[in-house]
Amino acid sequence: MSAETLTPAKRQSASMRTVRALLASRETAIVVVILLIIAVATSFNQSFLFTGQGWRDLLLTPSILMVMAVGSAVVIITRNVDLSVGSTLAITAYMTGRLFVDVPGMPIFIVVLLGILVGAGLGLINGALVAFGKVPALVVTLGTMYIYRGVVLTWAGSDRINASDMPGNFLNLGTMQILSIPLLTIVAVLVLIVAGYWLSSTRSGREMYAIGSDPEAAKLYGLPTTKRVITAFILGGALAGLAGVMYAARYGTVSSGAGMGWEFDAIGAAVIGGVAIFGGSGSVWGAAFGAILLMTINRTLPIVGIPDFWQRAVVGALIIGAIVLDRYLSVRRHRKLQEARDKA
Amino acid sequence: MRTTTHKRSIPALAVFAVGALALTSCGGDSAEGDSGESDSGGEALSVTFLPKNLGNPYFETSNAGGEEAVEEFGGTYSEVGPQEATPDGQVEYINTAAQQGEDALVLSANDPSAICGALNEARDVDVAVVTFDSDTDAECRDLFVNQATAEGIASAQVELVAEQIDGEGEIAILSASANATNQNLWIELMEEELAADYPDIEIVDTVYGDDDDQRSFDQTAALLQTHPDLDAIVSPTTVGIAAAARYISDSDYAGEVAVTGLGTPNQMREYVEDGTVEAFALWNPEDLGYLAAFAARAVASGDIAGEEGDTFEAGRLGEYTVGADGEVVLGEPFVFDSENIGDFDF
Repeated sequence: MSAETLTPAKRQSASMRTVRALLASRETAIVVVILLIIAVATSFNQSFLFTGQGWRDLLLTPSILMVMAVGSAVVIITRNVDLSVGSTLAITAYMTGRLFVDVPGMPIFIVVLLGILVGAGLGLINGALVAFGKVPALVVTLGTMYIYRGVVLTWAGSDRINASDMPGNFLNLGTMQILSIPLLTIVAVLVLIVAGYWLSSTRSGREMYAIGSDPEAAKLYGLPTTKRVITAFILGGALAGLAGVMYAARYGTVSSGAGMGWEFDAIGAAVIGGVAIFGGSGSVWGAAFGAILLMTINRTLPIVGIPDFWQRAVVGALIIGAIVLDRYLSVRRHRKLQEARDKA
Repeated sequence: MRTTTHKRSIPALAVFAVGALALTSCGGDSAEGDSGESDSGGEALSVTFLPKNLGNPYFETSNAGGEEAVEEFGGTYSEVGPQEATPDGQVEYINTAAQQGEDALVLSANDPSAICGALNEARDVDVAVVTFDSDTDAECRDLFVNQATAEGIASAQVELVAEQIDGEGEIAILSASANATNQNLWIELMEEELAADYPDIEIVDTVYGDDDDQRSFDQTAALLQTHPDLDAIVSPTTVGIAAAARYISDSDYAGEVAVTGLGTPNQMREYVEDGTVEAFALWNPEDLGYLAAFAARAVASGDIAGEEGDTFEAGRLGEYTVGADGEVVLGEPFVFDSENIGDFDF
C-alpha cells in the first residue's frame, strides 16, 4: 500500500505496477515470515500442520484477533486509536452467554446481531466523544476502556458463563469446519475482504486515509471528517462486538476478565502489519496478517522449546522491530524523493 | 444469581464438616461481648474481604461464605479487590482498610512477600490480618486459613491422575501464574510424590495459563501439540482445568487425554457429563471463607493471639485449633465425579 501511494506516478503498465507493489509491500513480507514460522514449527513437529487438529488450530487461533485487528486498523488509519475494544469484547461475550441463559431458545443469529449492534453502540460513544468533544482518542478510549470493563465487572460480578449454560449448537459454531476451514476463520476472512475492499476501492474508504494523513487538510478540503471518524469507531466497536460473540463460542467460558489486554494485541497486530500509528497508511490486510503472525508465533515458541516467559518479550520485539523498519523505510524513501527532486 | 442458589446446597456440602452442623446457631450470641475489645470504637466488628481479584467465581463463593459468617456473628462485611490478580493491585486496598480502621482484613495474597510491608503497617494500627487460600510470609499476618494441607491437595491430584491413566504415562501440568504461591508448592509436592510412588508417570512439561480462560485454552492446545504422547493434563487451578477440558472436549484428543486437577462443579459439569473429565478435586470455598471470617473475628476480638494451640469456635464448622506458624486447616479435599456432581451448585 505505502509503496503504491508514494511512488511518483510514472507511466507504467497497471499490471507491472501491481506486481511491483505486491513484492515491495509490507503484507508480502509478513506472509513470508508467517510461512517461515509455520515451516520451522512443522519441521520440529509434523503435527503442527499435517494433522486435522493442527490445521484447525492454525486457522482457528488467530481468527478472533484478526477481526479485532481489522477494526483497530481502520481506527488507526484515521489517526485515532481505540483502547476500549478488549472491554467491548468482554461486554458482548458476557451478553451472549447471558442471553442464552435468560432467554431460553434465543435464535443464534439474533444473538450475533445483538453482539454486533451493542459493540457498534459502544463504538459510537467513543466516536462521538472523540469527534464532538475534540478530546484525543487515546484519552477518551482509555476512559471508556475502564468504564466498559467496570460495566462487565458490575454486571457479571460473581457470575461466569460456563459451557453448560450455552446451547450445544452455538458452541459447535466455535469449532465447526466447512471443507476443513473453521467457520470462525471464514467469518474473519469475509470481514477482512469487505473491509479491505471498502478502504482501498471506495470513496469513503479512501477518505479515511486522507483524514489520517492530515486531518486539517482533509477538513479544509471539505471531507466529512466528523462523520468518517465516527464511522471508524462504530466499525471498530461492531467488530469487537462480533469478536465477543466468537469468543463465547470458541472458549465456552466467559468471565468479567474476558479479552483483558486484547486491545493491545489488536493494536500490536495492526502496527506489525504496517499500519502507521499516526494514521494515513497501512491496510487491513496487513493488520490481519499481523494478527496471524502474533498468534502463530505464540503457538510456535513452546514447540521449538522457548519457554513461556519469553513469549511476551518476543511480541514486544516484533512491535519495536516493525516500527524501526517503518522509520528506516520512510527515511530512505524521503531521501530518494529528495534526490529525484534535486536531479530534476 | 448463582451466588444465592448455593444456599440450597448447604446440606450437601456438609460432608466437609461432618457433625459440625449441630453448632450452627451458636456463633452469633457472643458478638455483643466483642464491643469492648475493639479499639476502633464500633460495636460491630468490621471485616473486609480482599480476594486475589474481583469477578473470580471461586472467590465470590468463598466471600459469600465469609459474608454469611460475618452476618452470623453480627459484624459488618465489605468486599474490595483489584481487577487483575497482581500484588500491587492489592496494596492500595490494604492501605485503605488500615486508614479506615477496619477491625479485620481477610485476604488471599497475590504474592507471598510483595504485600508484606502494607500488611504490617495495617497490623500496626490494630487491623487483624487473616490470609486464606494463598498465604503470605508467616510474619506478615496473624493467621492463615489453609483450605487443606498442601500434601493433601497434592496427593489427591496425584491419586486422581494415576488412577485415570492406570499408573503410567506422560502428564503435563497447566498452572496459574508462574509465581502463584500455592500452585508452585503443590506442583513441587506432586513431583516428589510421583517420583516416589509412581515411577512410570513422567511430568513432561509445566505451563502457565495465568488464570485466564483464553490463555489457558491456548496453552492447552500448545501442550498437546508439543507432546503428542501426552496421557493427561493436571491443572491445579479452576480456570485452567475448565479451559483444558473445553479444548479437549471438542478436539481429536477427546477420550485420549485425561484432564483432572482442581475445579468447581459448575464449571466442570458439562465436561463431566460428556465424559471428558472423569473426576476432579476441590475443597469447599464457601466453608473456607466462612472459617476465615470466624478466624478473623477470634483474632480481632482478642479471643486468641494466633499462637500454636489456640482454639476458636467457627459457627457451623465447629472448633478449630491453630497449628504451627499460625495455620488453621479446613480439612481434606473432596473428589467430584459424575455420581455426585449433581449435588453441588457453586
